Amino acid sequence: MKTIHKQVIIIGGGPGGLAAAAELKKSGIDGILILEREHWLGGILRQCIHDGFGLTRFGETLSGPEYAQRFIDQAEALGIEAATDTTVISLSQDRIVTAVSKNGLVRYQADAVILTMGCRERTRGALSIPGERPSGVFTAGVAQAYMNLKNKMIGRRAVILGSGDIGMIMARRLTLEGAKVEAVFEIQPYASGLPRNIEQCLNDYGIPLYLSHTVTRIKGAGRLEAVEVSRVDEHLKPIPGTEQEYPCDTLILSVGLIPENELSLMAGVQLDPRTKGAVVDEFYQTTVPGIFAAGNVLHVHDLVDFVSLEAERLAKSVAAFLTDGLPAAGIQVETGGLIGYTVPQKITGKQDAVLFFRPRKPMRDCYVEIRQDETCLLRKKYPRLLPAQMETISLPAGKLISDSHIKVVTSLE
Amino acid sequence: MNKTFTCILCPNGCEVSVSFRETEVLSVTGNKCPKGADYVKQEIQNPVRNIASSVLVENGVMPLCSVRLSAPVPKGRIFDVMAEIRKIRVTAPVRIGDILLPDVLGLGSDVIATRNVERAV
Amino acid sequence: MTQAYDVLIVGAGVIGCTVARELSRYRLSICVAEKGPDICMETSNRNSAVLHAGFNNRPGSLMAKFCAEGNRTFDQVAAELDIPFKRTGKLVVGFTPEDMEALRGLKEQGEKNGIEGLEIVGRDFIDRKAPLIKGNFAMWSPTTAILSPFQFTYGMAENAAENGVQFFCGSEVTGIFLEPDGIYTVVTKSGTFRSRWIINCAGLGSDVISSMLGIHDYTLYPCRGEYYILDKKLKEMLPLPAYPVPNYRTGGLGIHLTPTLDGNIMVGPSTEYIDERGDYSTTRRILDLLIEDGSRIFPYLKQEYFIRSFAGIRPKLSPRGVGGYHDFVIERRDDTAPRAVNLVGIESPGLTSAVPIAHEVIRLIKEAEDLEENPGFNPIRRRFPSFRDKSPEEQARLIRENPDYGEIICRCETITRAEVLQAIRGPLGARTVTGVKYRCRAMMGRCQGGYCQTRITELLMQEKGIRPEDLIYERQGSYIFTGEVRKK
Repeated sequence: MKTIHKQVIIIGGGPGGLAAAAELKKSGIDGILILEREHWLGGILRQCIHDGFGLTRFGETLSGPEYAQRFIDQAEALGIEAATDTTVISLSQDRIVTAVSKNGLVRYQADAVILTMGCRERTRGALSIPGERPSGVFTAGVAQAYMNLKNKMIGRRAVILGSGDIGMIMARRLTLEGAKVEAVFEIQPYASGLPRNIEQCLNDYGIPLYLSHTVTRIKGAGRLEAVEVSRVDEHLKPIPGTEQEYPCDTLILSVGLIPENELSLMAGVQLDPRTKGAVVDEFYQTTVPGIFAAGNVLHVHDLVDFVSLEAERLAKSVAAFLTDGLPAAGIQVETGGLIGYTVPQKITGKQDAVLFFRPRKPMRDCYVEIRQDETCLLRKKYPRLLPAQMETISLPAGKLISDSHIKVVTSLE
Repeated sequence: MNKTFTCILCPNGCEVSVSFRETEVLSVTGNKCPKGADYVKQEIQNPVRNIASSVLVENGVMPLCSVRLSAPVPKGRIFDVMAEIRKIRVTAPVRIGDILLPDVLGLGSDVIATRNVERAV
Repeated sequence: MTQAYDVLIVGAGVIGCTVARELSRYRLSICVAEKGPDICMETSNRNSAVLHAGFNNRPGSLMAKFCAEGNRTFDQVAAELDIPFKRTGKLVVGFTPEDMEALRGLKEQGEKNGIEGLEIVGRDFIDRKAPLIKGNFAMWSPTTAILSPFQFTYGMAENAAENGVQFFCGSEVTGIFLEPDGIYTVVTKSGTFRSRWIINCAGLGSDVISSMLGIHDYTLYPCRGEYYILDKKLKEMLPLPAYPVPNYRTGGLGIHLTPTLDGNIMVGPSTEYIDERGDYSTTRRILDLLIEDGSRIFPYLKQEYFIRSFAGIRPKLSPRGVGGYHDFVIERRDDTAPRAVNLVGIESPGLTSAVPIAHEVIRLIKEAEDLEENPGFNPIRRRFPSFRDKSPEEQARLIRENPDYGEIICRCETITRAEVLQAIRGPLGARTVTGVKYRCRAMMGRCQGGYCQTRITELLMQEKGIRPEDLIYERQGSYIFTGEVRKK
């Protein structure tokens, strides 16, 4: 089997991959190939027909397909090669990519590989909700694909478990199509989606959101007939005696997204247990030299605009990697307090860095500090921090006082 | 009267507090940008929303073409507009930005395509 | 008057399908009436997927005899029907002096049943075989194997169909009447059949069918077992089934851990008598118990590894409070039902015993009449080539020969469009979503169909001409769509 050489292989032609490709091309890199398993480029945006995309990146509000089309048009205009209906089945540490399509099985050797595979949804099985196994239980993304791409109506009376953004958006979508959405139940004491979606998807349509509640049983031998919902205590355990039954034919699960890193693991890329994405430095380079990651495969984003921007930054460092090489990043970024994670997880300290993070709980009027050697390098005030929202904190290189690890922590004073 | 709104115009979702009498806005706080003030004023006077949906495509590579409105419509008319959207049938090819139904229900807003749908071969 | 079949088999589980296949060696017209929308939907696909050695059953019982024989003769059956299985061996682990006592008893019982190679082994042996399994000592059973119960049943059924057996799904039997001409009229939900012989292989419904035959002696007590399925990430950690010392009073073998051929781990089953025989619910209490009990043998059970839970139901003849195992009932009762073979209470080790049970059925038929060999019988069935099991060179060849192999439908399990189409178009092809799943493994991975189920439902509707609102997930009434968003 012959091996085809490419300068850069991009795995996944969604918003991350498309943005990275265009930016690389603009930086003068040729020999770029996007491998996309679907028939169309654009990734998950194709099914996100609601608006609200593009305010940051384009300064206007677009639907998902429109947002994607801008990047697809750009890639086409730049003459970027993309193979659709092509699935990567293996990736090695030395950047050999094996892909299959109806045209056959092809092996590529790439100088750099960019991982932009996106994420998948957590399922009922992962939550182990007890009960029967009727039809009518859908993850929000599958429900969205059926309704917006396949023209299939999935039910008439729905309950939503989890207050993720896609779940709330599907609550509105179902309501607009004549279904009755009974309620959204969230196990945490706070919503996991954005406040604007609570407002425009739930409040606008009188759909109640119950916090600290979860589905404790699924009923129905054929089609879903009802769910049993219970209140949970502060340890998220259902409280006996609080069970309430909601008749419904549809249960939509919007209970979290997991970066899809099967290929990354094959290549020996180290993952961060907190993000479930790769450990990267400020160049978005993983622990395997020449393999980079951005977008939802790296950490689940709140907005696609940030995926595009992240991929564009990644492209600049891949271009640098291919021309001059990249310096090693020796300073670990640790987290403390209520900081859930940071990306990147390590930095060089030789240039200004921007750290992305999410808090583990909602907070008001709090501070985020960066510390090194027990010294506070800088602190920033945040009027509101939400787990639903990705935040940033900038660290000018001049602030560092040594080569040892830094720590990002929350503090209330 | 005082009320707090979550502004939906951008992902920031600012919590905007407003004090008002009838439909007259007296003061606005909590908004990070001027749009937030406009938003709450609109909410008090005549709340409007944009909606996204799909229309049936004939002879296309996909069964549906996604659509949205060129301008928001009064909240109370959303389901009337949906009823109109449901009636639309288009024939491929459809391009992003194509007006599939102009001035829906005389509300000054067009139903526009948000997806390219090629003709099936 | 419709033509009468020679043999009508009630139920297309592993027993019904195996009886059908073994009977197709003879010149007989045979049909199988299955109540579900697909074959292999109940006990046969909801179990530990183990080919038992045969040491758990009382010496002299049919269970002991058939299980041992089924295990011994399985290599040939698997070779003929291309059924994947692996002789991993099994460890029954113990911790206390009482456990040691029980294991010695188990070994003795196994030896009486003619099981070879049973050994009491120490910790060093466990360390060599499966170092992560807990236990101070164990009984080692080298002949125990893991297998695919789906492929076992589909293999039997497809080969039976190849040899002329007709299968009718959606045909729940509602009445059996012996006509004066000596032919049975069998009324089902899909129509009426006529047959000279009736073979009751109805599993959880075998007591009901038995009554329809006029044999009112049996009541089945459904006994549910719940399982967890764990992610393949743990593949290397458990190379073989690990069981605790059984407590026969419960009517099960205890919560154990079994690797599947595909690298998942199953934890279970519980043993809980239930009132309703179709109730496949899982419960919080039992799922928590599985983790607690399973962790004693394998302390690596974490929530993040769970991909699914499910339940199976044992059709037990021994009631609640009695527990344990009643022997298989395989009988002819000519006084009440001439030319009928009645199989009741075929629970574990029914899967392992399927072929010897089928041979027993044939022996009982032969007592009543001579059977003429079918010279055209073809014992060979081949599975459709699976893309992911092949080398890159073979994969490239498969795609050249059939480009549908180049389209990966299920990314978690690397299942191609060619394999999904085969699951739908093949002999006794799937009409339901889970039918596709069990035939080709699409949707069985960690995303549980998140990526591929929209494609699979579309292919099913296209291939079978099913309207969206008529497509079902698994059981009767399990419709997936209420219609279309925009009507054409």
